[in-house]
Amino acid sequence: MAGGAASGGGPRADTYAADRTWLLLPAWVTLSILVLAPVAMMLVYSFLTKEFRGGVIWEFSLAAYDQFFFDRGLFGDEPPRIEWTYILIFWRSIWQAGAATLLSLLIGLPTAYYIATRPARQRAVWLFLITIPYWVNLLIRTVSMKFLLRDQGPLNDALLGLGVIDAPLSIVNTNLAVQLGLFYSYLPFMVLPIYAAVERYNFALSEAAADLYATRWVILRRILLPNVRPGIIAGCVLVFVPSLGSFLAPDLLGGARNFMIGSLIEEQFKGNAGNWPFGAAASMILLTLVLILLLAFARAQSRESR
Amino acid sequence: MSDERAAAIDVRDAVKRYGDFTALKRISLSIADNEFFTLLGPSGCGKTTLLRMIAGFEDVTEGAIFLFGDEIETLPPHKRPVNTVFQNYALFPHMTVQENVGFGLEMLGRSRAEARARAGEMLEMVQLSQFAARKPAQLSGGQQQRVALARALAPQPKVLLLDEPLSALDLKLRKAMQLELKHLQRDTGITFIFVTHDQEEALTMSDRIAVMSAGEVQQLGTARDIYERPRNMFVADFIGETNLLEVHVDRIAEGRALCHLGGGHALSCDAVDGVGVGARVHLSVRPERLALSAAAQGDESLAGTVREHVFVGTDITTLVDLAGGISLRVRSANSARASAQMFEPGAAVHVTMEQGAGRLLVD
Ligand SMILES: Nc1ncnc2c1ncn2[C@@H]1O[C@H](COP(=O)(O)OP(=O)(O)OP(=O)(O)O)[C@@H](O)[C@H]1O
Ligand SMILES: [Mg+2]
Repeated sequence: MAGGAASGGGPRADTYAADRTWLLLPAWVTLSILVLAPVAMMLVYSFLTKEFRGGVIWEFSLAAYDQFFFDRGLFGDEPPRIEWTYILIFWRSIWQAGAATLLSLLIGLPTAYYIATRPARQRAVWLFLITIPYWVNLLIRTVSMKFLLRDQGPLNDALLGLGVIDAPLSIVNTNLAVQLGLFYSYLPFMVLPIYAAVERYNFALSEAAADLYATRWVILRRILLPNVRPGIIAGCVLVFVPSLGSFLAPDLLGGARNFMIGSLIEEQFKGNAGNWPFGAAASMILLTLVLILLLAFARAQSRESR
Repeated sequence: MSDERAAAIDVRDAVKRYGDFTALKRISLSIADNEFFTLLGPSGCGKTTLLRMIAGFEDVTEGAIFLFGDEIETLPPHKRPVNTVFQNYALFPHMTVQENVGFGLEMLGRSRAEARARAGEMLEMVQLSQFAARKPAQLSGGQQQRVALARALAPQPKVLLLDEPLSALDLKLRKAMQLELKHLQRDTGITFIFVTHDQEEALTMSDRIAVMSAGEVQQLGTARDIYERPRNMFVADFIGETNLLEVHVDRIAEGRALCHLGGGHALSCDAVDGVGVGARVHLSVRPERLALSAAAQGDESLAGTVREHVFVGTDITTLVDLAGGISLRVRSANSARASAQMFEPGAAVHVTMEQGAGRLLVD
């Protein structure tokens, strides 16, 4: 440390390098315990043999992955064919989560913009109002959503009362119900990062564009959106990723036909009927999928900004 | 419909209120085509507000604004053929320098090729051609400032508005840019409305200056007018350095006002409208229009003693105490001759005012 203060930028940075290692220790410990350890555990479990009443036998096996991707007939003695069941569940999940993300974006972006452009004191109130529903347990909120949407629920009553429709819309147990449920579950994760980005946005840029003959629409598309894009991307990731693995909304609002990955995984660890290695394998495949998507996103990002 | 002989910008009885705060109190200004016009005033006097009203970013509470004879105050900003150089430049961070400069032309519906070609020309004009592909964040403050200028000039606006465009630059660069701006204005023939709170900048660059304070125009005139014939206390005090003497007007004859000040000193100066016999007003006289001598020069020399000298580089300011508790600042060029004749502190001197240097102020 002693010589550091007097010398130039390079050596000084080196002097602090040793300190930095120690200062980062808590972050590394937290990350290891909360992220690396569970993932490592899951990875190990996915390669073990299943025990019939739940749990595992400590014997290496590829059975879980084999079951996910290949169909070898009822007794496992036929030549392997591709198993579409789980791939389709994954595909449906991606589609549902994508639709929910898009819905959140369409509603969340104007909402965030509106809040960020209010006077400072009002902003706090709006943000507070946005987060209030999230003080209630997710399960309760999802069940309430079901009551709201069902055939004799308030939504249908209101629409019937207003004469917009003649017969109740059956929304519950459809893809739309799941998307609405996911949308409602994760909306603040969309609103908050976009809000933060819009709040940091320099509105003089919009004025400069208007001054250079840009219409409102062009300003939105060419100036505002590119500048708040990091917030939009963060919001989309924060809604898409938990939606993908969600099981409450699909279970409660989607019914049996609208099964998603989250439910598939959840079932493997429930009661005696489960299959731990298979659940772990499905989780690992989901994790890999999400990582690939995020990396592709990040790549596209950095290429764009260069 | 626009009339080329009309004033470039005509502001008529413009009032701007924010709630119950009046930022601009009934302003009327007429700015000629081709003019380098400056709005000068202290912080908070309403310069930016007026500029933003012309650009279209602020509603006009009352009054009207005309651009070459067309009433524009109800048009949105993107429909006004007026461009702005913003105080903090407001360059688009996600676009290259070239795209920034071409943006206005693209918005006007010119082809991309034309926008690019013209952006290239503009960048050449501000000597930034080699930076065309960079992002604004990769430029220095002065370079960013020039990009902002090129961007605002590229669509060839009828009027260019500049809101303290040089305030973020260091002194040397600022001086260089002042000259560049002045030349640019002359070469392009575009009317410039320039906002600054730096009086020196205003004096060096402008054809005409509007001195503003508290939402009102205090005086409007050429740099010389404003410096040599300030109308009131505010203008005299705000522009340059001055001696303000409390005087009593004794007599007015043949366009001259004879006054006396405390301590029995008598002075004469040009009479002005609004100051009659018997008025107790202030007289302003610039320090460089006063001279020191050992003996009295005529009967209007004021006798006093030298208190101290203040060295200010090119000049030396001498503080002189007169009888009656009045103190004067006298400025002389810092030359060998002046140094040789310098009076020691405590020496008895006479201060003489140049012919026509004294100016009576209205309030
Ligand atoms: N949106 C607003 N709401 C209320 N008052 C405002 C608003 N904008 C400006 N003002 C007030 O109007 C007055 C003039 O402001 P303006 O920005 O025009 O000053 P300025 O002359 O440009 O000052 P500066 O040299 O500091 O930029 C100030 O007193 C300011 O507080
Ligand atoms: Mg201002």
